[in-house]
Amino acid sequence: MLTFTIRRLLLSIPTLLFISLVIFGLLQLAPGDPMAQVPLTVPPEVKEKMREALGLGAAWYIQYWKWLVQFFWIEPQVYIDYLTTRSTLWSWLPDTSLSEGKLRVLSWQTRSPVMDIVMQRIPQTIWVVGLAYVVGIAIAIPIGIYSAYRHYSVFDQAGTFITMVGFSIPPFFTGPLLIVIFSVYLGWLPSIYDTLHVVNDWASFKVQFMQMIMPVMVLALQTTAQISRYMRGAMLDNLNQDYVRTARAKGLSEATVVMVHVVRNSMIPVVTVIALGMPAIFGGAIITENVFKVNGIGQLLLTALYANDLPMVMTLTFIFAILIVLFNLIADILYGLLDPRIRYD
Amino acid sequence: MTEQAIPASPVEADLETFGALVDKEPQKPPRSQWKDVWDQLRKHKGAMFGGGFLIFITLAVLVGPYLWNLDAKTLDIRNKNWRPIYTLLWDSGALAGWTHPLGTDQLGRDILSQMLSGGRVSMAVGWLAMILALLIGTAVGVVAGYFKRADFWLMRFTDLVLSLPILPLVLLAVTLFRQPLYDIFGSPEAGMFVLIVSVIGLTSWMQTARIVRGDILALKEREFILAARSIGTTPGKIIRRHLLPNVISPIMVSATLGLATAIITESALSFLGVGFPSDFPTWGKLLADAVPRMQEFPERVLLPGIAISLTVLGVNYLGDGLRDALDPRIRGR
Repeated sequence: MLTFTIRRLLLSIPTLLFISLVIFGLLQLAPGDPMAQVPLTVPPEVKEKMREALGLGAAWYIQYWKWLVQFFWIEPQVYIDYLTTRSTLWSWLPDTSLSEGKLRVLSWQTRSPVMDIVMQRIPQTIWVVGLAYVVGIAIAIPIGIYSAYRHYSVFDQAGTFITMVGFSIPPFFTGPLLIVIFSVYLGWLPSIYDTLHVVNDWASFKVQFMQMIMPVMVLALQTTAQISRYMRGAMLDNLNQDYVRTARAKGLSEATVVMVHVVRNSMIPVVTVIALGMPAIFGGAIITENVFKVNGIGQLLLTALYANDLPMVMTLTFIFAILIVLFNLIADILYGLLDPRIRYD
Repeated sequence: MTEQAIPASPVEADLETFGALVDKEPQKPPRSQWKDVWDQLRKHKGAMFGGGFLIFITLAVLVGPYLWNLDAKTLDIRNKNWRPIYTLLWDSGALAGWTHPLGTDQLGRDILSQMLSGGRVSMAVGWLAMILALLIGTAVGVVAGYFKRADFWLMRFTDLVLSLPILPLVLLAVTLFRQPLYDIFGSPEAGMFVLIVSVIGLTSWMQTARIVRGDILALKEREFILAARSIGTTPGKIIRRHLLPNVISPIMVSATLGLATAIITESALSFLGVGFPSDFPTWGKLLADAVPRMQEFPERVLLPGIAISLTVLGVNYLGDGLRDALDPRIRGR
């Protein structure tokens, strides 16, 4: 198992390099000019100088190499510096200044390091997306278990229909629909997510809770639909197996048979589906963040795209790619750990 | 005693067995595989509704613009903000009438004709992108499954493409390549159409490729392929005559999934404002344009939203039914 993990980790390096090359190539082929917004009165030779200052004068492979170095070598150094100087957990370590005076990936919009902005935005995304995923799973698994156990019952039929609907309605429709119903007509929930809101007492927690309900529910609907379908399928596969009959014949209670024997075995494929769905939900959050005005990384990507901010777009897209590769790896490892029949070596 | 009587002689036993095997009634006419599939599919209510709705909506957007021949782009500013005809049921003073059954938007464009021509674009993008993805996926899958030398590299490539972040990349491509395609195709709509279809097609072939490869790998070892090869059939003929007809069912199932995904992706792009130009209606575009005014005119959000959702729901149900009907283990139950 360990050798498998190490081999997969090593294999993911060329994968990530390839992906970064694809993204970089797309951005290079793109005709957008970051100087398009500069007034026409600026003389061309000054414009040329400005372009060089952005690092655009060099050949593409030099630009690519510089980005690689900045992302994989300098940014980790910045992070180590942050850990040893300012973080609460590790600041007892001797202060380091590895990244002093080194050039980081800079955003063309704000001229500040891209990773700083990303770090400011990530908590919002993690809170909304992560909570939505947890809520979705918590709803999906009981539904899946019960509808498989009562196969073809009214509950199963209704559950299948609702998950199918949840699967089919796109988030850019459910979002506005919920806003119209709950913010406009009923006036219960705010339609815009306020990121500056600080939770320090019971009343402010309630405000935070209220503003999170809609974005979380929109994202959770998709997750619930997908995972409960998988759970139901896995349960149906397992319920007819011989070991279930044996467990019943031994005189175990029905609750033990279903909740311990069958559910544990059915969770194996579902856990991997959960891991594989993580990056997809980050991508899907781009739309939900846009609908509810959550300023997470999805919204950051959109604004960077509109502003032709290539370093920011490159870095963000690559972060999405890292998430995908990482969770694919986690899914494979979990599958091997949970299912003793799977042997990778 | 349950023991059976021992027959006197072997000849007599054979006669007796043979007698049992003789058919007393005339044989049923032979049935083809596709007739069985159709019978099974007909039992799946969801699939029948889904398929029926898909055919209905395809016909509606194909024929509809000829029957309701108001131009979707004509501005009629004097007749703006009409409500749908059904508002008259509870509000007799509402601005509504049969000239615009679903009302008009803030620039006086007829919503029914916008829905019809918007649906035409959305469905065309969906069908074409799905066909493109199927062609690429099947080609990659067949080549990887049949030719051992290509397998490793093609599948590594598929894995690589699978780990690309699709929605960000699609957004990227659509935003960045808008202008050059305008120039190549002359009109912004045509350029955008080609761009969106190819971008969606190029990013959604991987699942089909994997499924087809798996099936081809299993089929390749069967005797009928060995027989075909032993009489000197060329690989191209084996693929076309023997392998492709046998993998048609997984391809059909992934076709339905692909159609649903393509429609949703196109609408999502239009919703985010990077799709077709603003005077060119698609369902996603109509939905996005209506969101700022959804307090006063909720129907303008609801109509395109329901159209997208019902189409995707229908396609998904059809896919579910097809999967059951094409699986010989479930068929006949």
